[in-house]
Amino acid sequence: MEDDSVFAIGGSGRITSNPLLDQLPSYQSLLYRRKSSSVKSRGSLKGRLSVSGRLNTVNRLEERQKSQMEQRAVSELPFPMAEKRRHKDQRMEERKDLSSCRQWREGASRYMKRLMDDAHSFLSSMKLWRSDIHQIEGMFGTGILSYFSFLRFLVALNLIIFLVMFCFVMLPMILDPTPRNVINNQHQGNVCRTHPRTTRRILKNYHEHIVDLLSGDGILERTYLLYGFYTKDEIHFPKVIYKLPLAYLLATLGYLLLSLLWIVKRSAAGFKRHLIKDEDRFQSFCNKIFAGWDFCITSESAAKQKRNSLLYELKTDLEDERIKQKMADRTTKDKCRIYLLRVILNMFVMGVLAACFFSIYVATTFSQNVENRKNKVNFIVDLIYEYLPSIVITMANFVTPLLFSVIINYEDYSPAFEIRFTLMRCVFMRLASITVLLYSLWSQIDECREDPCSNPKLCQCWETRVGQEMYKLTIFDFIIILAVTIFVEFPRKMLVKFCDCRLAKMWGLQEFSIPQNVLEILYGQTICWIGTFYCPMLPAICTIKYFCIFYIKKLSLIKNCRPATRPFRASSSNFFFLGVLLIGLILACFPISISVAQIKSSQACGPFSKYNTSWEALPAAVEALPQSARNVIYFLASETFAVSFFVVTCLAMFYVIALAGAHKKVINQLREKLVMEGQDKRFLIQKLCQAQSVPVAKSAPQLHSPSRQSPSYHTSFSSNFNEAVVLAHSPPNSSTHV
Amino acid sequence: MGTTASQLAKDSLSEYQVNDHLLLENAHRRFTELLDRDERNHPNPRVPMEVILTLPELKSNPFKTRICQVFSTSEDKDGSLTFEDFLDLLSAFSDSATLEIKSHYAFRIFDFDDDGTLDYGDLEKLVNCLTGETEDTRLTSEEMRQLISNILDESDIDKDGTVNLSEFQHVISRSPDFVSSFALFLFYPVFPAPNDAVLHCFI
Repeated sequence: MEDDSVFAIGGSGRITSNPLLDQLPSYQSLLYRRKSSSVKSRGSLKGRLSVSGRLNTVNRLEERQKSQMEQRAVSELPFPMAEKRRHKDQRMEERKDLSSCRQWREGASRYMKRLMDDAHSFLSSMKLWRSDIHQIEGMFGTGILSYFSFLRFLVALNLIIFLVMFCFVMLPMILDPTPRNVINNQHQGNVCRTHPRTTRRILKNYHEHIVDLLSGDGILERTYLLYGFYTKDEIHFPKVIYKLPLAYLLATLGYLLLSLLWIVKRSAAGFKRHLIKDEDRFQSFCNKIFAGWDFCITSESAAKQKRNSLLYELKTDLEDERIKQKMADRTTKDKCRIYLLRVILNMFVMGVLAACFFSIYVATTFSQNVENRKNKVNFIVDLIYEYLPSIVITMANFVTPLLFSVIINYEDYSPAFEIRFTLMRCVFMRLASITVLLYSLWSQIDECREDPCSNPKLCQCWETRVGQEMYKLTIFDFIIILAVTIFVEFPRKMLVKFCDCRLAKMWGLQEFSIPQNVLEILYGQTICWIGTFYCPMLPAICTIKYFCIFYIKKLSLIKNCRPATRPFRASSSNFFFLGVLLIGLILACFPISISVAQIKSSQACGPFSKYNTSWEALPAAVEALPQSARNVIYFLASETFAVSFFVVTCLAMFYVIALAGAHKKVINQLREKLVMEGQDKRFLIQKLCQAQSVPVAKSAPQLHSPSRQSPSYHTSFSSNFNEAVVLAHSPPNSSTHV
Repeated sequence: MGTTASQLAKDSLSEYQVNDHLLLENAHRRFTELLDRDERNHPNPRVPMEVILTLPELKSNPFKTRICQVFSTSEDKDGSLTFEDFLDLLSAFSDSATLEIKSHYAFRIFDFDDDGTLDYGDLEKLVNCLTGETEDTRLTSEEMRQLISNILDESDIDKDGTVNLSEFQHVISRSPDFVSSFALFLFYPVFPAPNDAVLHCFI
């Protein structure tokens, strides 16, 4: 198969072929798209094949091509302007021949299409930060751009969540016509005499106000910020009674569901590509070469950066391949040694993680209990005690990635896997630290059940305390991002720029590491999701926070940073961002569902004070519905429905999986068929030429090419078709025997 | 001035087969900036390649000469562009161009020897364009060979040693980065709009 060559390589190294090959339909369909003016040897054929107004009746296939192309809008054809105009005129003429009904229909569809295009371009011009993002794209490429468009998505998401909570929870409270008893009924259920409510002083220290503001305490407890304020069972409007507990619960479920749907929709495109992608060919090289250059780069330095990073990427990938080959050649002894090393290192990693988690636990319990101390030391120490969990979590999240990146060097994985594995460990660390914090809070709340006086402030209104904790985490996160940019990155840049010592040069400018930045955001967003139930204004705070972070990061990027040497692919990064966001969302659902369904809601504050657990608001509301609606809901919640729904979903899933497998098989078969067709064509052309017995320039047999350079026999546009064909070899045995 | 310009846009949108008013106006302004005084009165001015390459959006692009050559409709194949060619260029690189158009033009840009396929030489030139032209930024010949054989493994379906248009489009359709990276935006112009005489010649 490799040896046969229908066409010999001529003297100049170009391929030669028979002019009658030009008449093949496959060739003509390709020629149709190509500008005829740029190939001079087509002169004789131009008359027949040029794009003219009249249909070429000789070639029926051309008719079919044209009718296919007619369906598409003229502006979408890959032709130069003059040919597009000709197309359009021709279509106008043809339209006049159609009946008026069809004319009207076509006119209407064109109008609709234009309307949709206009709407589309209008919407995209309305997008927030469009010019900023273009600027960043021009300077740094599409990898970093994806981070910023992710930020934009989160701003929008948080705004929508806030609107949901505002409309269903806050607005009714604001519009409440009956005057509220603003002071919390603190004494209700308060049996602990030793309650040090000393914060009730009228004249507070200015320092204490700042502490209150930063920790959500004091005056903020009695505002719309925290759960404890919404202590209303029903709001009586003139015409309707508004059930606040039900609304609160449903709004919570609503925003979780909304986030889920929006994230899934946004990542649907990425999922599709991942599922359809052929597993054998990862196309990573083609992707890098054909789609590697960002055409929107405008600055010379960015172009140089891009070149360097492409070069680096290609070299590393080729290196990867060689390493994989080497790894496949490992001996058993080597393998045992490496596996043992990996086990030890993983145990070490788990030990470090356990230490971090324990310190978070200790810090949280300490911070909660320190409220009960009678003597307040100066306000800085107070602030530190309040923020102790946040500080510990931030330090742990700062130290562990460095540790992981050092450890991974000894574990001897392939470079691509190393990066992914480190990233996974960091994601795990971030989310697990939140889990440990919540667990320690939960253990404190559990203690309340047995002994309500152990921590009176917590036990009376634990939801408010949790809300305050989430609020503190958010504020501290924002402060840290701001502080790191101002106090670490900026001086570093000054140092590198003005100091000539070798250390500074070696250290270099800050790299904008996309994964670490994304994990920071993921952490903030998970906190926001968990905290919105306890602190309804948290999404608004997060919106403002991300808004500010966009500008801070943009400034830092432009002034302080250089792009990462190992670039992050835009496509895979979108998938990565949304994937970890989804994990964060699923994680956030657990504490909310546990606290809603299991933990007893506090009696002294909040909308669920009359119920045992928060979830009970829903069955109570269902009881109040008419009988028919109740029956429907009972049916939907029954086991019969759940089991049958589950079975039907499984069946649908199996069907779709089977379909995908079948499609994959068909694709493989078609691929093989394509190769076979190519060979068939070659064989037939040979036979044809033999039959034609075209005069042949006698060439020596050694002109037939080796397999690597076998000519692209017909799908090429080589310009010298005037030379005759040379039959260099007997036809292959395999082409007609399938 | 503004009304005339927008009228130009609305009337000529269908004329130029472009969907975006803003693109048309912008392109028009930037193109006329590139013309000399005397050329502006010419009915269909043609800008030589060297002048086009001074555009900031194209200046640092390694494919700039190929882009000009592909979109040029001149008989001498010198890469000079008329306004229509310029619009073709911008709309092919804009957000609203379909994947098919982009991949078609990308194929022609990458086809350095204009023979209709991407063979070893084309791919080698392509990789060198991407990594840089100087000696220390090129891949070694061994690495180049390995890279190109990987590319051909991935994209050459009929195993003829070259990538033709359909194979290229097939690969591109599965390449998630292509659409976002094969895009070019004109920045808003800094200079004021040209005078009316120029506008009339385009209507």
